[in-house]
Amino acid sequence: MNKVSVQHTINEILIEEFEVEEEVISPNASLKESLDLDSLDYVDLVVIIESNFGVKLDEGDFAKMVTFQDFYETVEQKIAMKQ
Amino acid sequence: MSRRVVITGMGIYSCIGTSLDQVRESLFNGVSGIVIDQARVEFGYKSPLTGMVPLPDLKGVLGRRQRISMGEESEYAYMATVEALRNARLSDEELLAREVGILYGNDSVSKAVVDAIDIAREKRDTQLIGSGAIFKSMNSTVTMNLATIFGLSGVNMTISAACASGSHAIGLGFMFIQQGMQDLIICGGAQEINPYAMASFDGLGVFATDFEHPTLASRPFDKQRTGLVPSGGGATVILESYESAVKRNAPIIAEVIGYGFSSNGAHISTPNIDGPAKAMRRALQQANLTPDQVAYINAHATSTPIGDANEAQAILDVFGGNPYVSSTKSMTGHECWMAGASEIVYSTLMMQHGFIAPNINLEEPDDAFRDLNFVSGTLKQEFDIYLSNSFGFGGTNSALVVKKFNNE
Repeated sequence: MNKVSVQHTINEILIEEFEVEEEVISPNASLKESLDLDSLDYVDLVVIIESNFGVKLDEGDFAKMVTFQDFYETVEQKIAMKQ
Repeated sequence: MSRRVVITGMGIYSCIGTSLDQVRESLFNGVSGIVIDQARVEFGYKSPLTGMVPLPDLKGVLGRRQRISMGEESEYAYMATVEALRNARLSDEELLAREVGILYGNDSVSKAVVDAIDIAREKRDTQLIGSGAIFKSMNSTVTMNLATIFGLSGVNMTISAACASGSHAIGLGFMFIQQGMQDLIICGGAQEINPYAMASFDGLGVFATDFEHPTLASRPFDKQRTGLVPSGGGATVILESYESAVKRNAPIIAEVIGYGFSSNGAHISTPNIDGPAKAMRRALQQANLTPDQVAYINAHATSTPIGDANEAQAILDVFGGNPYVSSTKSMTGHECWMAGASEIVYSTLMMQHGFIAPNINLEEPDDAFRDLNFVSGTLKQEFDIYLSNSFGFGGTNSALVVKKFNNE
């Protein structure tokens, strides 16, 4: 899966499954401020990333992810490591 | 303290209609909601007959966090409750502003449990079950979800009492209000409909066997009855103190005047005669009625050979052959945890609109209970007082007495 495709899929997940407004998603925006996710939502984010990409995010990953771009890159790196 | 308890709103989501208007039409016309479920055929059911309701589409109605915590029983209960609150003229703001409780009958969450454990078995990682599963896979799922959605601040619990759950929920709501502990309670019952929910019940071989004619399969009290047909959905009744209803100028539909209960203390699945009779007598006593004052009995009768026969005898023992008797399960199938609440909705609709719904498929009753006053075709009949029976596994019995409201 290429970078464009990963980014596109993550955005789709956020819009369709997490009902995030499309306008708030941009690479440099703050994940925390834009998504307003609670602790339960993070569990579901782990589930949906695993089912779409076959990789699992952990607490340490979330601590390091500040922007959407960080999110995309973290998932891309996990996919690359798996391959 | 003993206060009057009235019904100010009702809502229904059942296999014979997903609104009060639809259900009233179905009841009047004797319409069956029973179908063959292909999924049950493939699942190895001995009987694939069931009542079926459409799955509500709540996307855009409720937020993601609310939806993912709800299994189908909570969705059905939500649909019924929205209708009931609307009819009771209770706004979202009013629910938040005053102390409103919820007592709802539910006794299984099979699909949620199976789905969650299937994921854990496959992934070997519990986190991948997801955050909604725990809230779907507890028996109190309906009350925890609806109390959260509607912002309720009163009594909040689920009543699990097998096929009498919905009836006991209303009975307990009646007691809470009668005793002055609450003014307004959302009561009801919900029942999931999926192959997991009824598989072990089906395995007992007590389900109806007329697969060629699904609408003829549920035939309570008839000589040719072969067993029950499972069903489900959601039913809600808004119970309110008379004072509260008058104060806010709410529409008063009927008055709950008696709740009787008992336990057979005998076989885990085979019902007896004395336990149900005791519950009916206690309901009459609490309502301060003599048996001849009850015009109609909505029987629990599920279409099983022994259950119907024993209930018929219990009714004969308590009432003789005077009151009209029918089982709406002939049309709906057995709505199990929901049935005690839905049958209050059905019977109250009949009382409001001056008819008694037929016990369809009743062609010839057993000789032993021919003396009961069965209604096998729709009867246009005004009536003022009815009793509704609900019995369940473990020998739990509930009887509710409801009266047409008059301001005396």
